[in-house]
Amino acid sequence: MNRWVCVICGWEYDESKGMPEHGVPPGTRWEDIPDDWECPDCGVGKADFEMAMVAT
Amino acid sequence: MQPIIIVGSGLAGYTVAREFRKLDATTPLKIVSRDCGSFYSKPMLSNVFHQKKDPAKIASYSAAQMAEQLHAEVLPYSSVTALDPATRTIQINHQDTGYQSLVLALGADQRRIDLAGDAAEDVLSVNDLADYLRFHTLLHDKRRVAILGAGLIGCEFANDLTSGGITVDLIDPASWPLSRFLPEPAGQVMADALSGIGVQLWPGCTPVAVDRSDDGYRLSLSGGKSLQVDLVLSAIGLVPRIMLAQAAGLTTARGIVTDACLRTSAEHVYAIGDCAEVENLLLPYVMPIMQCARALAKTLFGTPAKVTYPAMPVVVKTPAMPTVVAPPLQQDGAWETDGKAGSMRAVYRNADSSVGGFALLGDRVEEKGALLKQIAPWRI
Ligand SMILES: Cc1cc2nc3c(=O)[nH]c(=O)nc-3n(C[C@H](O)[C@H](O)[C@H](O)COP(=O)(O)OP(=O)(O)OC[C@H]3O[C@@H](n4cnc5c(N)ncnc54)[C@H](O)[C@@H]3O)c2cc1C
Repeated sequence: MNRWVCVICGWEYDESKGMPEHGVPPGTRWEDIPDDWECPDCGVGKADFEMAMVAT
Repeated sequence: MQPIIIVGSGLAGYTVAREFRKLDATTPLKIVSRDCGSFYSKPMLSNVFHQKKDPAKIASYSAAQMAEQLHAEVLPYSSVTALDPATRTIQINHQDTGYQSLVLALGADQRRIDLAGDAAEDVLSVNDLADYLRFHTLLHDKRRVAILGAGLIGCEFANDLTSGGITVDLIDPASWPLSRFLPEPAGQVMADALSGIGVQLWPGCTPVAVDRSDDGYRLSLSGGKSLQVDLVLSAIGLVPRIMLAQAAGLTTARGIVTDACLRTSAEHVYAIGDCAEVENLLLPYVMPIMQCARALAKTLFGTPAKVTYPAMPVVVKTPAMPTVVAPPLQQDGAWETDGKAGSMRAVYRNADSSVGGFALLGDRVEEKGALLKQIAPWRI
């Protein structure tokens, strides 16, 4: 499981935790997040600005 | 065919370009910027010092890389000095260039503070990558920095520099930090957290003068106190860049005035980002810029779209006290606070008792999702 960070605002996505509040179950890989997903903190779209991997 | 010209290569300018290219791959697009034109995350500038990251690596793409990605012409180090909506031309480096549509994404300047003293000119501010590079170089051998203004950017820098080993004095005329966003009890929680990591807060103090001293600067505060520091950084607010629009006769107020479709008062001219006042709102944050860029791309494509805003909380990047604020848009209600030292939940109740805004600090930030659902979208 990896952790990713939004390159614009620093928001972190931890694959092991998912985003249950946005309907993304724990264990969801970043590549499996839908393309219309937007960063919950800054609204940047998935396709626009890549998330950078911070840890594996 | 005349190009669509975007003036400004910040988040606003580049995001409009990107969103437009999703709809239209061929219309010529020209992006003009007086800076280097590289793409970088501005929010990162107040959060990167403690990471000891090489500042030269902050920019993720150069102007040339952006030009290729966007299939656009990018003109860095090029100033737009005049605009004539009647002939649909702008002056780039004093040369006339025609446009079919023009997007002003000019950003904002840091507000300058009026100070006495022989070193008032040396007060720094960080509002773009070039500013940060300069600041970072100057910081190299420095130990103590005074930050003027305990707003979002001031508090973030205070936390970041302190974590990076610098001693920070944080000065603000208000009685608690983030006073524009937080009610007093929540502001106290932030103040305690910043003091806890070693920030010296000077609430209720106004800076009056900066003078050179033997090894640095003497910063004089109202009330007679003075501080000996190595650098002074000012973060007291933003002033939208409206001069170009004003000189061309466009309607301006605090920002360049636009309607909900980001149209200025001049035909074929649009404004977005920190320079724009969209339906009476100045929202100099990333999330509203993203919303506006998506709407404006559609409008430029020929299908006019109004921007709609969801409630847009702002995350304050102060790891000493994680904080998220959704400032109330109306001011007819009152704050209700609930918390203890180290965390806080503050909810703004409008006059009709609906939730108008909130501030969550410490472990209460987890309640953001639940509270957001209760807040009406900021639709305009
Ligand atoms: C330190 C800091 C931290 C921040 N943190 C956050 C945060 O955590 N969350 C958040 O939501 N927001 C944050 N913000 C605000 C956010 O970064 C801005 O709202 C956003 O970056 C503004 O983008 P912009 O494109 O409108 O303006 P800018 O990025 O300022 O771009 C303006 C562009 O216009 C160009 N330009 C100006 N005049 C001319 C001219 N006459 N001719 C040619 N080119 C011109 C400039 O060169 C520049 O490229 C922060 C801001 C700062 C300074």
